Amino acid sequence: MHDFDFVRPQTVSDAVRALATPDAQALSGGQTLLPAMKVRLAAPAVLVSLMHIPDMVFVRADGDVLRVGGATTHAQVAREAAGAYPALASLAARIGDPAVRSRGTIGGSLANNDPSACYPAGVLASNATIVTDRREIGADDFFQGMFTTALEEGEIVVEVRFPIPDAARYEKFIQPASRFPLTAAFVARHSGGARVAITGASESGVFRWHEAEVALTSDFAVQALDGLAVDADGMIADLHGSSAYRAHLAGVMTRRAVAAIV
Amino acid sequence: MPKDGGIGDSPKRREDVRFLTGTGRYSDDINIYNQVYAYFVRSDVAHGRIAGIDAEAAAAMPGVLRIFTARDFEGVGGIPCGWQITSRDGSVMNEPKHPVLADGKVRHVGDPIAVVVAETLAQARDAAEAVVIDIEDLPAIMDMRAALTPDAPLVHEDMGTNLCYDWGFVEDNRQAVDDAIAHAHHVTTLELRNNRLVANPMEPRVALAEWNAAADEYTLYTTSQNPHVIRLLMGAFVLGIPEHKLRVVAPDVGGGFGSKIFHYAEEAFCTFAAKALRRPVKWVSSRSEAFMSDAHGRDHVTKIELALDENGKFLALRTETLANMGAYLSTFAPSIPTWLHGTLMAGNYTTPLIYVNVKAVFTNTVPVDAYRGAGRPEATYQLERVVDKAAREMGIDPVDLRRRNFITEFPYATPVAVEYDTGDYHATMDKLLALSDHAGFEARAEESRRRGMLRGFGIAHYIEACGIAPSNLVGQLGARAGLYESATVRVNATGSISVMTGSHSHGQGHETTFAQVVGDMIGIDPAQVDIIHGDTARTPMGMGTYGSRSIAVGGSAMVRATEKIIAKAKKIAAHLMEASEHDIELKDGRFTIAGTDRSVAWGDVTLAAYVPHNYPLEEIEPGLEETAFYDPANFTYPSGAYGCEVEVDPQTGKVTVLSFTAADDFGNVINPMIVEGQVHGGLAQGFGQAMMENCAYDADGQLISASYMDYAMPRAADLPMFTVDSTCATPCTHNPLGVKGCGEAGAIGSPPAFVNAVIDALQRGGHDVTHIDMPLTPDRVWEAMQERGVRDA
Amino acid sequence: MDVSMTVNGRPASGKVEGRTLLVHFLRDDLHLTGTHVGCDTSQCGACVVHMDGRPVKACSVLAVEAEGAEILTIEGMANPDGSLSVIQQAFQDHHGLQCGFCTPGMVMSAAALLKDDPHPDERTIRDYLDGNICRCTGYHNIVKAILAASENASIAAQ
Repeated sequence: MHDFDFVRPQTVSDAVRALATPDAQALSGGQTLLPAMKVRLAAPAVLVSLMHIPDMVFVRADGDVLRVGGATTHAQVAREAAGAYPALASLAARIGDPAVRSRGTIGGSLANNDPSACYPAGVLASNATIVTDRREIGADDFFQGMFTTALEEGEIVVEVRFPIPDAARYEKFIQPASRFPLTAAFVARHSGGARVAITGASESGVFRWHEAEVALTSDFAVQALDGLAVDADGMIADLHGSSAYRAHLAGVMTRRAVAAIV
Repeated sequence: MPKDGGIGDSPKRREDVRFLTGTGRYSDDINIYNQVYAYFVRSDVAHGRIAGIDAEAAAAMPGVLRIFTARDFEGVGGIPCGWQITSRDGSVMNEPKHPVLADGKVRHVGDPIAVVVAETLAQARDAAEAVVIDIEDLPAIMDMRAALTPDAPLVHEDMGTNLCYDWGFVEDNRQAVDDAIAHAHHVTTLELRNNRLVANPMEPRVALAEWNAAADEYTLYTTSQNPHVIRLLMGAFVLGIPEHKLRVVAPDVGGGFGSKIFHYAEEAFCTFAAKALRRPVKWVSSRSEAFMSDAHGRDHVTKIELALDENGKFLALRTETLANMGAYLSTFAPSIPTWLHGTLMAGNYTTPLIYVNVKAVFTNTVPVDAYRGAGRPEATYQLERVVDKAAREMGIDPVDLRRRNFITEFPYATPVAVEYDTGDYHATMDKLLALSDHAGFEARAEESRRRGMLRGFGIAHYIEACGIAPSNLVGQLGARAGLYESATVRVNATGSISVMTGSHSHGQGHETTFAQVVGDMIGIDPAQVDIIHGDTARTPMGMGTYGSRSIAVGGSAMVRATEKIIAKAKKIAAHLMEASEHDIELKDGRFTIAGTDRSVAWGDVTLAAYVPHNYPLEEIEPGLEETAFYDPANFTYPSGAYGCEVEVDPQTGKVTVLSFTAADDFGNVINPMIVEGQVHGGLAQGFGQAMMENCAYDADGQLISASYMDYAMPRAADLPMFTVDSTCATPCTHNPLGVKGCGEAGAIGSPPAFVNAVIDALQRGGHDVTHIDMPLTPDRVWEAMQERGVRDA
Repeated sequence: MDVSMTVNGRPASGKVEGRTLLVHFLRDDLHLTGTHVGCDTSQCGACVVHMDGRPVKACSVLAVEAEGAEILTIEGMANPDGSLSVIQQAFQDHHGLQCGFCTPGMVMSAAALLKDDPHPDERTIRDYLDGNICRCTGYHNIVKAILAASENASIAAQ
């Protein structure tokens, strides 16, 4: 990789300042960024580590909201969210592998918004709020397509607030090489209705399956999904599966998640 | 009962301690004072003309010593091919030039064009980005059929064709086979692809070369399975270095699976540059680089036809294969689809008429060569798949159909020019059925059905040919090398022993197994025996390790050398005891005069050999060191029955392997623990080929599966525990240990078992699916089910 | 940049570039060559070490990120008297390695697992090894070795 300057601020405000320098990039675990830099797909001039800001590392249940600091590792969420929000803890416990979970963070995952990442599905289905150094962004506004988010240049994910649903489940079908989701569904049953988020499948990144949500909101049962299918149009087609296969898997994973909840 | 630590026992591996404590010495762990680093600039297009290389700016960057291109290699030989095939019409194969660095044209993604050598690897890589290469794209030749059409663009224009050779075997059988198929009661036809694979040993390749100016001597440290072969090929054919001035060392090597047999451009480059720069030069492959520079494996497109009579007896077999050579001929590439493939087409069966046609084709892809099994998996896969398909078409149980056609009398001369010495195929089949509880399968299938899953059982029986030999025969078949093996047994004065073997261990555990053999023969603690390998300066000329040959060929050489040692030691013992050497017996490390209690210990004799005061100097030389070269009379023929039970999720197409059972006949076994481990590893690679691994290119010749993000390596969670057995042993009749070899069996026998199991599951589920090309990834299985929906019950 | 950390219980420091990966600091600067590099996409796990008690891929951690950290590598795994630790011994006893290249990462991952979960079942072990690729063993004997190590009570005490 190209060389760069490295800073490790202790506070959010120092981090924001550091990120304001030209060609600065945040390092939030680096489990995606460092491999990309190795093949020189990314070449920041300054790397700002967000891993050493104590205010950004926590998992806290606050009434019916689970609050997760932006620099909290997947391993920590897997351990500490298990009581308050088991489906989210289960999602975190299945990202990558144990060594990746020791380093990868929720903020890094969300900021990157890989179309095959796990967290975006959990965030979107939970209707979580992304708290940054400067504002709060609702999940529906945050994800804006493959590798694209509402974050501005230098904006930091400080915290993610998850409304804890009545019940939820993450069902993941892995791509056999990368072990990322080929397609995965996060289904959350909120008091106000069901939310279904699909990751891995779409060329536009994580998305909500609105028809399924409507059906499940009126009747939270597998049969409620009878006849519903995700449109293959716009789904990813690659070595590991056609768009029709991914659309089909979205249906299967959603049904399995619902079945596991009821 | 085996002796403690002797033949048939399973002592712990002595090499493990260094690997478990991080003190192994792999090539990348070696650094030489003042070394510099090479970084290869490789083609990012599949096919193109090099219009210009501008390295001026790069050469001026920090730390850069020099940038090399093809121009620097004028007068240097190309990478040689070690096997020449003769076509059906009697012409020899088309053999293209293979320059160390691309000269004029690039022919595959990854083809090396220039090399930056700099003080640090980071500097070399930084400068490599500044090398400007102007390539005029040419159309990529990717499809083998299209490559053979008259108007196809050419990978090598000077050859006028993309055909390497058109091989027929046995050509004299061709008409008889055609006639038998034309008139048979039943003919089963199957068209299939044997998927391209990447060997992927976990240690990427490394080359580190130095040149000693005072002595004009070179040393190359390289990740090789056969350092002498590299010394011969690179010294004699590429760089013109006499062998006594070139030392090749292959230290601890982290797996090979065939991909580290071959002589690669990077080895020649580093050796050449070390002299040119008068600095040691190191190159370490990244994994991404390995995907586009290590030789690939398999990649056959085949049509096979099996003719049967009304009782299911096999009458004739015809198979036509297009074999991908890639852009250049790798070291042993031409031999793989021919002599290591056609000769195996009889399998375990009495099929009287067989004809094999193979057309080898050049394409704009990475060269293809031996990968674990090399030709034999391709033969076994098509044969065991077509037999299974025939069984279904004729309504005969697949086990029964195989049994009806098993060879039962040995030696057996096949119609494809080989002679099996021993085997008992019914025994391995019986063992498989018992170990896998085949009788209980229907009940288990019913239990799966109740859970909405489709369970299937797949079977395959295989024959393997190990220890390719003898040299005079393979010479007639086109080999440009001998295929013997060597060993020097050096007994030290106090009785300890150093064995220098031409075999090379890169995971097989020779340091343990070979010591078991020598220790057992002499009757001393194997801890007294050390095995030395992997260094041309320390070992006699040897051909290395591949093709499951180490114990059968290398082990035999070691036995012969040890026999010479024992014969001489007996003479010394006879002298010490003033007896006749014919009356001397060696047992448990003591020489005894038969029928008496008079004896001398091993150590007394070895000391006498080196301190020859009381010694028959007029009759025998002092010292106790012997070398043997062993050239086998024949191949060895391991065989076995493999069974696999799978469950298919009909909603997703995902296949779960529930159990895998292997009943192998490896002849005598030296270390059962190590043999089991070899089978496990082979099965996992067979699983990978059948279920996950797929080296894929797009139509433009870009490698799609270019990293572990897209090339699916089997992981622990994908596999079950295996049940393996090698007690159905029929010892080899023509080597001193009665051994056959076990390294590749798992990868040869298992792919058809996996695929047969999935087809069985789908058919039981009512899907009229007769074939799916490997790998049977979930999307492929699901799509096959969609195309072949559930039959009406 | 200056970097200091504790490696296998001993202080270690050096000068590195920002881009220097932890694995290269260990291998090239500290000459601890037991930690291997098998891929460049953070998947093979040959480079797994422990950082502050947790498994990490040393190829995906910058050396400067390990400033002040406690690093444990394969070279620090044997018992103080040099004998093999319970896990290392189980790998030898059960033939859980062949070429040895993935082995350091496997042992480090196994140690991390048994620290969290002293008595994992076969499924748990297989899932935990998702980030460690072995091409030689088919994992059979690795899983057996870890199961055997977990049965040794001294693990729990460690």
